[in-house]
Amino acid sequence: MTTTLNPARRHFLKASAAIGGGLFLGLYLPNIAYAAEAGQMAVLSAHVRITADGVIEIMSVAPEIGQGIKTSLPMVICEELDADWAQVSVLQAPVNSDAFGRQSAGGSRSTPAHFDEHRRIGAAARQMLLQAAAEQWQVPLASLTTQAGIVHHGASGRQLSYARLANQAARQQSPDLASITLKNPADFSLIGQFTSGVDNDALVHGRPLFGIDVELPSMLHAVIHKCPVFGGRVKTVDLASINALPGIRHAFVIDTSSVDSGVAIVADSWWQAEKARRQLKVQWDEGKAKQQNSADFDKQAQQLWRKAPSQITQQVGNVDKAFADAAKVIEAEYAYPFIAHGQLEPINCTAHWQAGHLTLWAPTQNPASGQRQAASAIGIDVNDVTVNVTRMGGGFGRRLFNDYMAEAAIIAKQVGVPVKLLWNRQDDFQHDYYRPGGYHKFKAGIDAQGQLQAFSDHFVSFGNNGRTLLAAGMHAAEFPTGFVPNLQFGSSLIEAQIPTGWLRAPTSNAMGFVFQSMLDEVAHAAGQDPLAFQLALLRRSDAKPQNGFSPQRMAAVLERVAELSDWGKPVPEFHGKGIACYYSHAGYFAEVVQASVNQMGAVKVEKIWVVGDVGQFIVNPSGAMHQVQGAVLEGLSQALYQQVLIDGGAQVSNYHQHKILAMNAVPEVEVEFLATDNPTTGLGEPALPPVIPALCNALFAATGKRVRSLPIKAEMFA
Amino acid sequence: MKYALSINGSQLEADVDPDTPLLWVLRDTLKLKGTKFGCGMSLCGACTVHLDGKPIRSCVTPISAVGSKSITTIEGIGNDTVGQKVQQAWKILDVPQCGYCQAGQIMAAVSLLKQFPQPTDQQIDAGMSRNLCRCATYHRIKAAIHQVADAVKEG
Ligand code: FES
Ligand code: FES
Repeated sequence: MTTTLNPARRHFLKASAAIGGGLFLGLYLPNIAYAAEAGQMAVLSAHVRITADGVIEIMSVAPEIGQGIKTSLPMVICEELDADWAQVSVLQAPVNSDAFGRQSAGGSRSTPAHFDEHRRIGAAARQMLLQAAAEQWQVPLASLTTQAGIVHHGASGRQLSYARLANQAARQQSPDLASITLKNPADFSLIGQFTSGVDNDALVHGRPLFGIDVELPSMLHAVIHKCPVFGGRVKTVDLASINALPGIRHAFVIDTSSVDSGVAIVADSWWQAEKARRQLKVQWDEGKAKQQNSADFDKQAQQLWRKAPSQITQQVGNVDKAFADAAKVIEAEYAYPFIAHGQLEPINCTAHWQAGHLTLWAPTQNPASGQRQAASAIGIDVNDVTVNVTRMGGGFGRRLFNDYMAEAAIIAKQVGVPVKLLWNRQDDFQHDYYRPGGYHKFKAGIDAQGQLQAFSDHFVSFGNNGRTLLAAGMHAAEFPTGFVPNLQFGSSLIEAQIPTGWLRAPTSNAMGFVFQSMLDEVAHAAGQDPLAFQLALLRRSDAKPQNGFSPQRMAAVLERVAELSDWGKPVPEFHGKGIACYYSHAGYFAEVVQASVNQMGAVKVEKIWVVGDVGQFIVNPSGAMHQVQGAVLEGLSQALYQQVLIDGGAQVSNYHQHKILAMNAVPEVEVEFLATDNPTTGLGEPALPPVIPALCNALFAATGKRVRSLPIKAEMFA
Repeated sequence: MKYALSINGSQLEADVDPDTPLLWVLRDTLKLKGTKFGCGMSLCGACTVHLDGKPIRSCVTPISAVGSKSITTIEGIGNDTVGQKVQQAWKILDVPQCGYCQAGQIMAAVSLLKQFPQPTDQQIDAGMSRNLCRCATYHRIKAAIHQVADAVKEG
């Protein structure tokens, strides 16, 4: 386990005795002048607060979107602090990157970014409490122990609670963070324990927590009506008739470069605004996106495949020669659609513009960026924007984009009273930042022994003015790069006007499907068991692993999942098992799916086995299991149901057209983690990518038919 | 229009248009934020409340259709013994991920358990499959329902 502090955050400990006394321990950057030695500043920037009246508060630094970070990271501090978890309250930290470092939720990065630092902060606070007790009792520090928030002196039987020591602790010398002694992981009593979420009591009683629940005095409610064609602008609109409707306070056109063009309607209640919107008569200038559609994209991909790729992104050995020399060449074309996030809490943001200052209550995965975006949308300094991060009804990457914060800022500035902007579900599906679709034309060459000697991919993706759309690229090190002596990746772009972005396991959620399906095809063409084929590939003696990818760790999860799932044991007719693995966000996952297909072609997923390696520690097994099961079932929803067809804009209005797996379609999901001596990494994403190819490979095993395009349709098997 | 409503045992009043969905009366007029808006089209179940003990979709139920029926929301479900047990099981098993669907899930689970105090997996599937969970907490929801049923059986 590497235990180095993030060098980019050369922080020092900052202990303060704040108003009312107590120990407030946080971090500060040495090059930032501290405005106040104690008091409000310390209160706002402290990771831990222990007060004389028994309060132990720990800050949750990252936004909570359902990934459980508001529970798991504070657990890390609590573990080293040796406080009693039952007595800890967790607060959502204000946005302050100087004090809290990375404060966005994405890329499965929160755990690796904060894990080590949080341990050290907890240990430092404990150390100061110990120093205080040693001073008070005049005994050596080494003679003291702690347990559940109490310092014990074994020899004399004396004990004092953290609360009683808090004031004195605040006056102690803060220890050096880099050299502080951490607990022996064998002594962990909280990390690794099933721990229920800190907001669960509020959730089960329906207490307000989410962005949509924000309520301010005299608050108005807003909707924005936008063009169904991407980038379309308001040409003419009859605002007078809208203004005359009951409850309507404002109706105006928003047409700036910072947000989508649309008509904002502000009313006393959301329902009045929403109803007025239905009567809106607006003419759009639909712009050039009007012409684009999915059928045409499919055609363009075929045309581009007939030509050489416009760009070569990876070149190893000589693929042309290797294909000519191959004993067998396998070719296949794959496609996957655009998909939407569909997080259950619709997009919303509450804003108040008052005396030159903007305050936002925002469900955002990336508050600092939203703060900048909102400030720039209304032309004010970023320091004139305060962002309060609320709990979120799902994120999945959608709330890494803060368009709605800018929209709320614009409306708030116009109306001058608190206002909550809330999109309806159709807005949400039609103005998303979609997971980009894509097309892959693969060619693989094997020798007489069935070994992979050549591999190529012509990836047709989407761009705008020749620039690849966001999240529409592909990694040059995509497996099997480094494991085949001759390999070429090339790409070409279809021009499109579509907002795209990150969706849980970005790029990997699509690449996992195409690459792991294709390798399964190659294994079958080589007459080999797909597991054996993939293991042999990972263990090639001439392999050159890229970017820190460890073939050993991948082979280990593959072998374990095969064992768990009785891989190789026969299954009934029309049933099949498929296997796949994928490395993303520093996590190694291998999965086996057992599925069946009936005479109507209907697919039933029966069971899924998952083995993952995310390093040394699983902080909260409850949250970890949630992330894995959730990611796996999300992958099934993508594979079985989801697509956003494009015709100018998105042809999806609600969940009936972009379905989510329901209870009656949920298979058993068995999960195991392999604890390895590697740094602890995140779990929001890496379990998703393998499930889609594992399912498609299972369907091939069951029917002999290969799924090369998503979503899976019954016609493929009927 | 003025409507007299019986919500979680209290008598409340709302002055809204007759076509206003119960969901928005609860959330915006009466400030009961526990009932959630997900789809607005009776597709997700996030807005589930009980009307005279029966689960309904408040996003498509106009206030004018409520009449004198009594409304129970997530804020009041804990006054009911089954409701309280369900809330408890939800916490012990750490059912929520984001938690946004869970008010609706709990309301649906309570009605299921009232209809079938010892539900089979099939009955749970049938009773709960119209309540979507985007985070896919279905395994825990099922386990929590079984836990309540087991606790009731053991008395
Ligand atoms: S909001 Fe009522 S069913 Fe979705
Ligand atoms: S817990 Fe997030 S939608 Fe169910």
